[in-house]
Amino acid sequence: MTEWIHPSVFYIPGAFLLPFLRGRMQKAGMLLIPLLGTAAMYLMMHLPHGTYWTWNFLGQSMIFGSVDKLSIVFGWVFVIMSFIGMVYALHVDDAGQHVAALLYVGGSLGVTFSGDYLTLFIFWELMAFSSAYLVFARREPEAIRAGFRYILVHAFGGVCLLGGVVLHYLNGGSMLVGPLEQDGSLAFYMMLIGVIINAAVPPLHAWLTDAYPEGTVTGSVFMSAFTTKTAVYVLVRVFPGTELLVYLGTIMALYGVVYAVLENDARRLLAYHIVSQVGYMVTGVGIGTEMSLNGSVSHAFAHILYKGLLFMGAGAVIHMTGRRKLTELGGLYRTMPITLVLYMIGGFAISAFPLFSGFVTKSMVVAAASADHRPLVALLLTMASSGTFLHTGLKLPYYMFFGKDSGLEAKEPPANMIWGMSIAAFLCIAIGCFPKPLYDLLPFPVDFDPYTGDHVTSALGILLFTGLGFFMLLKKLDPEPTISIDTDWFYRKGSRVFMWVASRPVAKTDTYIGDIYKTWFSRFILFFSDILARIMDVRGIDGAVNGIANLFLAASRWMRTTTTGFVRQYAATMLIAGIVILGYYLFSTLMSL
Amino acid sequence: MIRKLVLFIGDPANSKKVKKIGIAMLIVTFISDFFVHREHVHYIWDRIPGWGALYGFVSCVIIILASKFYGHQCRIMRDEDYYND
Repeated sequence: MTEWIHPSVFYIPGAFLLPFLRGRMQKAGMLLIPLLGTAAMYLMMHLPHGTYWTWNFLGQSMIFGSVDKLSIVFGWVFVIMSFIGMVYALHVDDAGQHVAALLYVGGSLGVTFSGDYLTLFIFWELMAFSSAYLVFARREPEAIRAGFRYILVHAFGGVCLLGGVVLHYLNGGSMLVGPLEQDGSLAFYMMLIGVIINAAVPPLHAWLTDAYPEGTVTGSVFMSAFTTKTAVYVLVRVFPGTELLVYLGTIMALYGVVYAVLENDARRLLAYHIVSQVGYMVTGVGIGTEMSLNGSVSHAFAHILYKGLLFMGAGAVIHMTGRRKLTELGGLYRTMPITLVLYMIGGFAISAFPLFSGFVTKSMVVAAASADHRPLVALLLTMASSGTFLHTGLKLPYYMFFGKDSGLEAKEPPANMIWGMSIAAFLCIAIGCFPKPLYDLLPFPVDFDPYTGDHVTSALGILLFTGLGFFMLLKKLDPEPTISIDTDWFYRKGSRVFMWVASRPVAKTDTYIGDIYKTWFSRFILFFSDILARIMDVRGIDGAVNGIANLFLAASRWMRTTTTGFVRQYAATMLIAGIVILGYYLFSTLMSL
Repeated sequence: MIRKLVLFIGDPANSKKVKKIGIAMLIVTFISDFFVHREHVHYIWDRIPGWGALYGFVSCVIIILASKFYGHQCRIMRDEDYYND
């Protein structure tokens, strides 16, 4: 019988082997590792569900292989995306980035298959630190700063999660990963905060839109796929049916759309649409029915592929032109038509056009909201899909590829980048046209057919008339060279308030205390030491020293007069001294008799 | 083939043709919604033919106007060197 193999065993040790390989060997390794991961996933399909690879550590059992339908579907999309991302990154000659990306994927897979919270937390932190490197690797000052903010936010989230786990355990809870009782306890909310930080739920989302546009071209492709979707996996696993998530998710879906209107940076616009799309998944988790959870999981699957594709498309333009702002781009359709078409496939997929992947997954969440008698949620989510097409399907490609000609001399990106995008584009269309294999992977049996007549015409109506609105209000949408204030303001400007508090009031108090010390304390010490000097030093110690010295001086003066230089006098002195000593001896002996 | 299609759409000389194709697609979509069999009827608006088109258009306009109002009037959009990065 075949043994169960954790796919991370290829990614994590493989990552450490990669820097020792050079040239073609390194590139072969970059492709081989995800292929071995895919093979491990394939083997897993033929093994029974259950727990594998349990290890006893300090009386706590660590479960590395908890396998069921939910972990398998996420495992599949993670290994597929890691292959696509590696193909896209083949031309990059920076082993550090590849190592970080492989560790990041290994961490995500580790979370997916972990059966207890301790194991989950360890892989959770591996993800945070390895992904931060993908931001630092751009090596620009603003990227370094964004990387530090990113790692601080994730460290905070990790601490919340761990704190929640510890409290949960101390309250008698199980360490096994599973649905938590919604008892409103501190442990429940701390774990929820830890997870929704990674899911980028407002107001805890700003790390995403801050860091993703600052990452390397290839690194951001990985980032767009893994952190938020791993968090969605944990939400589905641990927090299904949490009512709060319905509201947060719906707000999220619209929040990202609003900021995308204002955004000028191409990848930040796409990052705001991650927030928007993850909103659908979070809403699905909150509703908590079988259909909505299926919707969340399948939308996460489709999202990883089309968002990766969109980031690859925008990244290709940034790679070839060196520009990232819509105000500086335009007219690239003539020189980069293939990139444009591949990007548009991602754009159609995210917008849920019929025959593209978003249509068969996003609509499941909206239909689940309708079926669960939540008309407002369904309406607002539909409005957000209009906004999605408006930005990622119309605004971004219009100002990047058409619009005002920027006169940039760009050409198509390297072949491996085109290949990476092509695989993702193929899967976006394949899932859209043949959803059954994906539906079969979902955790619950699927009773949903997206291709009904009214569904297709109403979806097309929403999207195409959004297009009409776009062209009618085109002038209004012209990108502006600005940045938008988001909740990262609180820790970016807040840190300045902290620095001000440190430099002004604290430093002032310090100076004041210093002055008091100098003027009062030092003066008192000087005064006291003066007294000591006068009395003790001059009168006491000096007096004693001088007195002894004077005594010796007088004695030596007297002694000097005895040295006359005459031998007779010396002899007489010795004789007298001998008689005195002898006399004293005789006297004392007689007295003792 | 793909290249030719992209160049055709992008060329300003063809903008009238592209516009006509776009309008034809809008009309076909709008009309076809009147003839389909309605299976997913949960709410009153699901019964209205052309609801998708109307809602899509209204959503798009609301999103653009509300967001720009929010960006400009609530002082959300700032100069690029706002954080001095």
